[in-house]
Amino acid sequence: MAKSYANIARTKFDQNAEVDFLIIGAGASGGIIAKELATAGFRVVALEQGPYLSEKDFVHDEFKFMQQRAITNDYKRQPNTFRHSEKEEAKVQPAIIYGRLVGGGSVPFAANYWRLHEIDFIERSKLGPIAGTGFSDWPITYAELEPYYTKAEWDLGVSGAPGPFDSPRSRPYPLPPLPIKSSGVLAERAARKLGWHAQPAPMAILSKPYRGRSACAHCGFCSYFGCEMEAKSSTLTTVIREAEKTGRCEIRPNSYVRQIEVNKAGLVTGVTYFDENRKERFQAAKAVVLSANGAETPKLLLMSKSSKFPHGLANSSGKVGKYLMFNGHANAGAVFEQQLNEFKSVAVSRIIHDFYNCDPKRGFYGGGGLDTRFVQYPLGFAIRGLPPDAPRWGREYKRMLAEQYTRTLTVLCHTTSLAVESNNITLDPHVKDEWGLPAVRVTYTDHASDLKMMQFLQDRAKELLDAAGARKVWARPVGPQSFGFHLLGTCRMGNDPKESVIDKDHRTHDVPNLFISDGSSMVTSGRGQPTCTIQALAYRASDRIVQLAKSGEIKSAL
Amino acid sequence: MGSKTISRRRFFIESCAGVSSAWLLSNVLDIPFAQEHAHQAALSPTPTKLEFLSPEQAAEIEAIAAQIIPTDETPGAREARVIYFIDRALATFASDDRPAVMKGLDDLQSRVRKRFKNSGKFSELKSKQQIEVLKSIEKGSFFELIRTMTVCGMFADPSYGGNYNEIGWKMVGFSDDFAFEPPFGFYDQESEAK
Repeated sequence: MAKSYANIARTKFDQNAEVDFLIIGAGASGGIIAKELATAGFRVVALEQGPYLSEKDFVHDEFKFMQQRAITNDYKRQPNTFRHSEKEEAKVQPAIIYGRLVGGGSVPFAANYWRLHEIDFIERSKLGPIAGTGFSDWPITYAELEPYYTKAEWDLGVSGAPGPFDSPRSRPYPLPPLPIKSSGVLAERAARKLGWHAQPAPMAILSKPYRGRSACAHCGFCSYFGCEMEAKSSTLTTVIREAEKTGRCEIRPNSYVRQIEVNKAGLVTGVTYFDENRKERFQAAKAVVLSANGAETPKLLLMSKSSKFPHGLANSSGKVGKYLMFNGHANAGAVFEQQLNEFKSVAVSRIIHDFYNCDPKRGFYGGGGLDTRFVQYPLGFAIRGLPPDAPRWGREYKRMLAEQYTRTLTVLCHTTSLAVESNNITLDPHVKDEWGLPAVRVTYTDHASDLKMMQFLQDRAKELLDAAGARKVWARPVGPQSFGFHLLGTCRMGNDPKESVIDKDHRTHDVPNLFISDGSSMVTSGRGQPTCTIQALAYRASDRIVQLAKSGEIKSAL
Repeated sequence: MGSKTISRRRFFIESCAGVSSAWLLSNVLDIPFAQEHAHQAALSPTPTKLEFLSPEQAAEIEAIAAQIIPTDETPGAREARVIYFIDRALATFASDDRPAVMKGLDDLQSRVRKRFKNSGKFSELKSKQQIEVLKSIEKGSFFELIRTMTVCGMFADPSYGGNYNEIGWKMVGFSDDFAFEPPFGFYDQESEAK
């Protein structure tokens, strides 16, 4: 596929001519929307901050990809600031991470591909309100999103098998589960002892050849790396190529948007962006779809102020940037007698969803899932992968590195984050990035229930490792998070324009030709692993947008 | 951070991004050059010349690195040529850290001179004495920087100049193959056999 791809003629639109749709961010969502809209016959330009790389760039180089952030946001050029509450002065520190290249986070992600369950969409109705939060039902149900989950799994290529707690699916997974690893065998054994259930992990990685792409070769370089085999189902490897083959879609990399432009009538006319030479350019479009991720999307809306939109574009509700959810995370580590060699193959082969649902008997809101894995490459492991009481240098340090790299396992706990308005993305008033744009300022404190849920699941993780026969088990204390991999909820979907930013068609309540689809659309956090839902939403948003456009219901300024 | 506790994310950031050393976040654009450069060195049978450090400075840093990952029954930082990784890093993408390294070496010299009434050369101390000195500075930023650099030189891809002959990877049992086949480890093999 890579070879035939190299030969396709790339479409280039005249920058001065307007296109039908302009997509901001060619990532996990934007790549899908580009393909769907171009396939439906529209002319599409997708602007992407990051570079356009391909498989030949994805080498096994931990130093470059993990330590030097070759394909994620670079804090030197785009600093973040962080504070736990608005009473604090925000400090410059890494606070968010996102894939910054064509394909976005779908390129370096671990490829865990969990659907939400039916309960995630209606939990507020089932459990009642939670004081001090914006805990809400979604305006759509699982049943409404289900066809798009299926579409994502089949279009992109997902390996898996249904588990006992999954919500109904209309079609099986397109590919069988990937081979079980030692971490998966230990999870199964321990779960059986404890009366829990370990199920095959759904992964957006090919267990068999699929649609011209090769199957996973188990090299182990998934998390943080691009896949050189085309086996990870990133949008770069799949839908973006299909979008370009239509001849109606241009992916324009190294294009960093600074303003969405509107006319006097309050309609979007296009965007102003910096090109690769930092020259300002304007691209006109009949409509704009914003898919820049849960931090960059609200940042751009907040920057796009005008007399008509003094608080930022599409922000009459004041909810742009609010209700940021990271998902809760905790872990426990262990050393086993024998070698697991977790550095081989995909990150996760078994997951446990016995604690997915909220259980009132626990005394707090929350739910979550567990998985067993050890994603540490040698350098990261040597810096901080040993148990907390291990020496940090010298003979014993060296002995432990040598013995434990292949014998260490962690259980990761992925949990709910409640939507809290004071957790949010704002523009830092002082710190600027290399382009002179305001830095993303993150304000975040986990809700008390979120912390309790992390603790609860970490205790289960320790039980699991004990039951698996670990030689030594440890856990670092659970505490407030100050860093987000999952950037969710910041332009939430809802029926009430006063309480949400977009409607159930992903159209902003305030601007008829501006749509948003990415992690920011999510109303609740799920139990971690949001990419599958973000992509199902992108397919559904595309469907809605195509229908609205074809029935003449998208007003355009042009 | 107000809290002393560490969540998994925080743990991950610290373990993988090495927040102790700003140079890990340095401009990636400098890397291809440094890498190409180092690649030549990695191919040559004998280490190339130092580019930034003087031989005396290199001897001091290498002596520290050799205590962090010592040579015993198996090769350590010295055999992995960690010093060439560090020298090259300081010559290129980690040039911002030169002042911290120079100051750290000066401080080390004064400390050694005061304690042992000698020339101040750390590398000339007996191993036991070196360990004593390092224990007195192990909480400081200079030690942390050299530790991070040593670990990177030990385990980064050999094309960066260290991890000579994949000594670091062999030590921990890692191998950078393009393909593996199941079973991957003991427990899945055992399970398959049943």
